[in-house]
Formats: sequence, C-alpha cells, structure tokens
Amino acid sequence: MLSHENILETLQMIREECLDIRTITMGISLFDCQSDDEKRLADKIYDKIMKNARDLVKTGNEIEKMYGIPIVNKRVSVTPIALVAGGVSPDGCVRIAKTLDRAAKDLGINFIGGYTALVQKGFNDSGRTLVSTIPQALAETERVCSSVNVASTKAGINMDAVARMGKIIKEAAFLTKDSGSIGCAKLVVFANAPEDNPFMAGAFHGIGEPETVINVGVSGPGVVASAIKKAGNCNLAELAELIKKTAFKITRMGQLVAQEASGRLGVPFGIVDLSLAPTPAVGDSVARILEHMGLEQCGCAGTTACLAMLNDAVKKGGVMASSSVGGLSGAFIPVSEDEGMIAAVRAGSLSLEKLEAMTAVCSVGLDMIAVPGDTSAEIISGIIADEISIGVVNTKTTAVRIIPAYGYDVGDTLNFGGLLGEAPVMPVNTKSPSVFINRGGHIPAPIHSLKN
Amino acid sequence: MKAVISVVGKDAIGIIARISASCAENNVNILDISQSVLHGYFSMIMITDIDHINIPFTEFVDKMSLLGEKNSLQIHAMHEDIFNAMHKI
Repeated sequence: MLSHENILETLQMIREECLDIRTITMGISLFDCQSDDEKRLADKIYDKIMKNARDLVKTGNEIEKMYGIPIVNKRVSVTPIALVAGGVSPDGCVRIAKTLDRAAKDLGINFIGGYTALVQKGFNDSGRTLVSTIPQALAETERVCSSVNVASTKAGINMDAVARMGKIIKEAAFLTKDSGSIGCAKLVVFANAPEDNPFMAGAFHGIGEPETVINVGVSGPGVVASAIKKAGNCNLAELAELIKKTAFKITRMGQLVAQEASGRLGVPFGIVDLSLAPTPAVGDSVARILEHMGLEQCGCAGTTACLAMLNDAVKKGGVMASSSVGGLSGAFIPVSEDEGMIAAVRAGSLSLEKLEAMTAVCSVGLDMIAVPGDTSAEIISGIIADEISIGVVNTKTTAVRIIPAYGYDVGDTLNFGGLLGEAPVMPVNTKSPSVFINRGGHIPAPIHSLKN
Repeated sequence: MKAVISVVGKDAIGIIARISASCAENNVNILDISQSVLHGYFSMIMITDIDHINIPFTEFVDKMSLLGEKNSLQIHAMHEDIFNAMHKI
C-alpha cells in the first residue's frame, strides 16, 4: 500500500514545486521522403509527419490527465533537413521550412526541430544551401527550430562554419527585428550535437535513430531547490546524496511517461533526458538551486563548483531511474528562461564570461543570451568559437543560442514571454577577433592523450 | 489498479459524502481514507480500486475536478503508477 507520506511528497512536488514533464518529443525519420521534385518532397514530408504524429498531442493530454502530472510540451523532431534536401534550391529549403511549420500548426505542437545541417568537417552543397536559408526560414515560420553542428571532438571545428554562423545569426536577428529578433531564439549552434535530444531549439532526429522514436525530457529545478532548502545545514557529500535521490524520483516520472507514451503510440521508446530545465516561473530556477547550496547570488565565486556538483549528482541519480538515458542530460542554464539567472544578470553578479565557465561543467552552453544589436558578426563568431572549443576539447555537447537583439543595447530587456522568458541585454567584450575569425579553415581535432 | 483521490479545501458538511457517492456511481471501490481538518481546512487522501470502473478513468478524473470546482475544493484523481514509479524501486 502507498504510504501517505509518499503520496503527499509527490503531490507537493507537482502542485507547489513546479514538477512537470517538460516535453514528449517524437523523432521522425524523413529519409524516405527524398524526391527530385521540390514540391513532392515537401508534400511527402508533410504527409509523413502528420501520419506518424497525428495522435501525439491527444496521447500526451491523456497521459497528463491519467497521472495528474503536467506535460508541458509535445513536439516533433525530424531528420536534419540538409540530409533529405540534397540538390534542393534555397527556395525549396524555405518551402520545406514552411511545410514543417504547417505540420506543427496542424498537429497543435509549439515547436518542430530539424531545420538542421551537420557541417562539423566541412560544408557540402546541401548543408551550405540550407544554412544560407536559415534566417529567411526562421523569419517566415513561427514554430520551426534550426540547428547547425559546426564541430565535434572527432572532426575538430569547422571555422568557416563558425564564421558563417556569426553572419547568419545577425541576419536572423535583423529579419525578425519586429519581434525582438526572436529568430535567434530558435537557432542553435552546436559542438557534438546529440542525435536524440528532445529539447528545443536543438532537437533533431539523428541519422542513427530508428524510423520513429519517443524521447522525453524531464524538469524539476524547483523540486531540487526545495529539497536543498529543507536539508538545512548539511555538508556537501550529504547534499550530493540528497540531489541524487531527488533526481531519481524526477526521472522515474519521466521514465513512466515515456513508456506509457511509447506504448500508446506504438512508437519505440528512445531515451529520457535527465535535464534540469528551468522556466521563467518563480520556483523553477536552476540559479536558485545554486543559491540554496550557499551562494549569495548566482555568478559569484563558487558558482562553477556548485554547478559541477549539481550536474554530476543529477546524472548519478537519474541514470538508475531510467532504462535508457540520452539527449543533453544535465542542468540547463538559459538566461532568459530562468528567473534566478535573470535576477543575477540584472544585479551585475552574472557575466557572459562566468556563464562560459559554467558551461564547461554542465549542459548545454551559452543559452538564450541577449547581447547588444550592434555586436559584430565576428564577435558573435568569436563567442561561438570559444564555447564550441569547450565542447570539443572536453568531449561534451556545447551550444550557443545568442540573440544580438536588433535595436537593443545594454540595460534594455528583451521580452519574448512564455517559456522563452525575458533577457536583460548583456555587455560583451567589444575588442575584435575578426582577423582570427576571417582566417577561415579548420581547427584540427584535439589529441586524446597527454590530458591536462 | 488503484487511484489516489486527493482533496483540499475549506471544510464543509458533506464533502466525503459527495465524493463517495460519485465513486459508488462509477463503481470505484474505496479502500482507505485518511482525512483531517486543521484550522477549518479540510484535507483528504483516498485510495481507491478502479478495476471495475464503469467509465474511462480520464473521464472520472474530469468528473472529480468538476465536483471540486462546484464545491470550492481541489479534487484530483491520479493513477497510482505515478506514486509507485517515484517511490518504489
């Protein structure tokens, strides 16, 4: 029989500590949609998505009701479009983006991911074409998310792609200037991009994935924060144990929902992503967890150490709770989507440089950071190169989702609303890396011995 | 299969009666009730057997929520698996 104590604990997590399932994401392969005819290609993509995901939202809602746990997002990720759009013109690529957008609207999902190119070793023609269309595709669609993998530990860093992405991000910011440069909030530049990530904006359905798959992303920063708060004065080893236990409970919820969704939809279960994903809501912040661990404010000395311990304990607790773990799996630190991060930036406690250091020990990278609209493409590329290097050298995923908000300057606040939240515009170092960036070429893959 | 019905709200006459009546109507068997009133606030956890429920469980969830709304209470019916998943290895 269930104990009342356990029942009350679960109810409290859901009702008071913002515990939810952040996303059920269905991955769909589009390889069999390829066609010489651009219109036919788009039609086949639409049909395939609609056929496979037609019951996704309904099923998600039913599971939500049955277990009484909010499932915030139901989403779809598809094969990187650059891989299915070989030989397609730029207009054809944008047509596909619009097709994905239409499918997302018709399914009733808020985002669809996979307007993606994998160019870590070099640009092929379809990768180059797709990347060139990203700003227009993001400006002319509402729900399409785009990502570009520019580096990997095995391939090194494609610096031509890094230089290109600086310009693409600036262009996306300009083309969506009337809505706070929101195009950039739907564009991620990756190193070591995971192929089974359920979280947007970086989700795509990798080439080694099955035909269709269900991946689930859990949440729960509020639950961890509350557990730490209640623990009071204990040492760090005890704190790590507490975080592990809490992460276990959160992840078990994800595993249950993933299995249920997989069974009901008749789609194989892929992974549970063990991430602590914050939202702008009070009580759902990763920054506040770090502060409960003993920091005056997120960003102060000790922040990286706290985050490293948190991230590790979350993984240790979560791994045992799920039969298959993957995706990004770690604590997210998106500035605009985390009430505590926003407060820390406003108070001058959290800088871009500190955020970069933090990304060395957690998932994922410089995420949802607004910088002045007049930041040059070369500086954006330099920021990308720095962040991507951390991922390549440390054999981990890193990413950049940065918004050079057109017409905004330091001190202004960019307000997207909803899950994307609001971002105070942060100052950047304005000295130029343009000679370095414009050298182009390729940074070789790092050596895997002589580690120091 | 079991379900947990949780109820929170201002105390009033007949809360348990109304919920029990709704359970009986839908063939939901009550196994255990734990209830208290503190400073005028009523809280209850009811564990029920839903093996012979005569409507889809999600419909029963809606019915309970509606009953809550009508009586200024928060009533949630949840499948037991969520608690088992979280607290049992």
